[in-house]
Amino acid sequence: MGAALEIRNLHVSVNNQSILKGVNLIVQQGEIHALMGPNGSGKSTLSNTIMGHPAYEVTAGQVIFDGVDLLELETDERSRLGVFMAFQYPVAIPGVTVANFLRNAINARRKVANVDDKGIPIPQFRKLMIEKMDMLHMDHTFAGRYLNDGFSGGEKKRAEILQMAILEPKIAVMDETDSGLDIDALRVVSDGVNRLYNADLGVLVITHYQRMLNYIRPQFVHIMMNGQIVESGGPELALTLEERGYDWLREKQNGEN
Amino acid sequence: MATRRRAAREFIAPPLTRDMVEALSARYNEPDWLRQKRLDAWTVYESLPMPTTKDEAWRRTDYRHIDWASAGVLLTPNGGRVEEIPAANREPLLGEEQGGMVAFVDDGLVYHDVDQRLRDQGVIFTDLRTAAREYPDLVRAHLATEAVPADQGKFAALNAALWTHGVFLYVPRGQAVQLPAHSIFYANRPGAVIGRILVVLEDGASIDYLHESLSPDLNADASFIGAVELIIKNNASLRFVNLQDWGHSMFEFSHQRARVGNDGQLDWVSGQMGGKMIKAFLEIELDGKGSWGRMSAMYFTDGSQFMDLDTQQNHNAPHTTSDLLFKGVLKDQSRSVWQGMIKALPGAQKTDGFQANRTVILGGEARADSIPGLEIQADDVRCTHASATGQIDEEVLYYLMSRGLPRMEAIKLTIDGFFVPVLDRIPFEPVRERMMAYVERKLLGS
Repeated sequence: MGAALEIRNLHVSVNNQSILKGVNLIVQQGEIHALMGPNGSGKSTLSNTIMGHPAYEVTAGQVIFDGVDLLELETDERSRLGVFMAFQYPVAIPGVTVANFLRNAINARRKVANVDDKGIPIPQFRKLMIEKMDMLHMDHTFAGRYLNDGFSGGEKKRAEILQMAILEPKIAVMDETDSGLDIDALRVVSDGVNRLYNADLGVLVITHYQRMLNYIRPQFVHIMMNGQIVESGGPELALTLEERGYDWLREKQNGEN
Repeated sequence: MATRRRAAREFIAPPLTRDMVEALSARYNEPDWLRQKRLDAWTVYESLPMPTTKDEAWRRTDYRHIDWASAGVLLTPNGGRVEEIPAANREPLLGEEQGGMVAFVDDGLVYHDVDQRLRDQGVIFTDLRTAAREYPDLVRAHLATEAVPADQGKFAALNAALWTHGVFLYVPRGQAVQLPAHSIFYANRPGAVIGRILVVLEDGASIDYLHESLSPDLNADASFIGAVELIIKNNASLRFVNLQDWGHSMFEFSHQRARVGNDGQLDWVSGQMGGKMIKAFLEIELDGKGSWGRMSAMYFTDGSQFMDLDTQQNHNAPHTTSDLLFKGVLKDQSRSVWQGMIKALPGAQKTDGFQANRTVILGGEARADSIPGLEIQADDVRCTHASATGQIDEEVLYYLMSRGLPRMEAIKLTIDGFFVPVLDRIPFEPVRERMMAYVERKLLGS
């Protein structure tokens, strides 16, 4: 069995406001989990806390990957351990081409593994990039464009998946990757994730809607409300949610309280 | 108390004299017209006061801490050798080739070579003193006459009177030169070097030209009094890249000015990296109808560097276009000033002028001042400006770090990207790489 991302009793505040109130979740390599929940339930807070955004303050709990306490690590160190997040709103970096950026990202990994590393040879890098762009049905001119600068919503999300394909993470958090995508773009992006999915990749798909789960099929579905995971189940849970909305869960919550 | 003591100090002139002008001209057996030109300039120099912070153009530039006892000693030939110039700066600009190179160490010519193809086209590329002797009519007609005459300012007058060395680049009518020209001023000792560049492109001529000025870090103050004259006649086209990487004790005072004739084109890129204090006036005079001038600069200051770049885009004729893009990064306690003016004379209708200055502050104590200005006397014009100063967006760094880049590499990549629009305007790949290396050195330096 591969490594696992383990989130234990995680409490997180932003600007002194408590957002996550005791989240527990385990994602193994080779598993696909979906995390669903209404707006403001804390889904993006969870993904950014996993990745280490400086604005999120962990007040209690743990995030462990492969036995390593992620909360002790900088964002770049988490990435190099194999944790990846596909951003909901990827940031534009004017003047930095997709190719230049990817080469820097690969070389940062190589350099940490071996300080004397001279970087990936250019022909090898080009071959890798072209192979991954072809897999994602991307035009090769994409490599020469400035990262996310003037990209359409679909292009941004595809660029995220391209990065994931090149960095080959062990755990990938997809933060509302479906938002802002039309059905064709959603299919291409989902198809890309499915191609990357293997026994060494654990995926946490964060989404509002069931529709992405028609393409990326999770084995586990979790519902987050008010900073906690309130329900976990199999793929059928997403369908129940689609049919009945969140109200029955709210009622169930109130009943238990 | 400190402020009172400082205010009491005066704006002192360097210890230079009329006798030195005579001696310099005599040492090189200069022709009478040149000797007289120097003396006339000296008269202008003496008639002008040293600029002070009461003068608008010098309001933010206080040079009273310069030690003229060291920086004001006029250097004399000392047997400099071309090998003293760092090898990277001497490399050809296009793979194995360049059209020629003229290099000076301090005030002495140490290297001169011009490709036969340029000679065949009638291109003159040589040191200014030789040019004044061999091509007196050409030099006399253009030297300190229309671009940077002595009366431009105190330091312009000083340069015209006492220039110690210089470069002359001349391209005859209709000649399109394929290989770039390259010149170097290397200042290797404390003292004053007074360098001058004169470029004349006759009608329809075109060339690319790189000039670089540099010095090692010296343990006493040095000064560079510079003048650059770019004369681009009708339908001529010049791409000019001017880089400086002075050592940390250098004070530069320079006037750089271009005049562009009908349908002429000037693409001018400055790279400003070193120096203790830089005060440079960079001006484009769009004299001819349909002329085009683009001015770009990248600068990166650290430590206690001070850089004041004063630009003018003067639209003196109709259908003229100017475009300015200055991008700077500041670290530590360094400071930059950009003061830019677009002027359109009456009758300069259908002109289009743009200026943008963008700075990134990397350290909390650094400061960048941007002072754009428009002075429009024609009514059918489009002139706009933009400026912005800020820090690197933490969200950008977070994004890059989430892909495994350590924070410093994320900063470097962001800064590289910031400079790319200016770097892309440098037509020489090795020079772009060298500029990137400067940036990296500045970023990683403490």
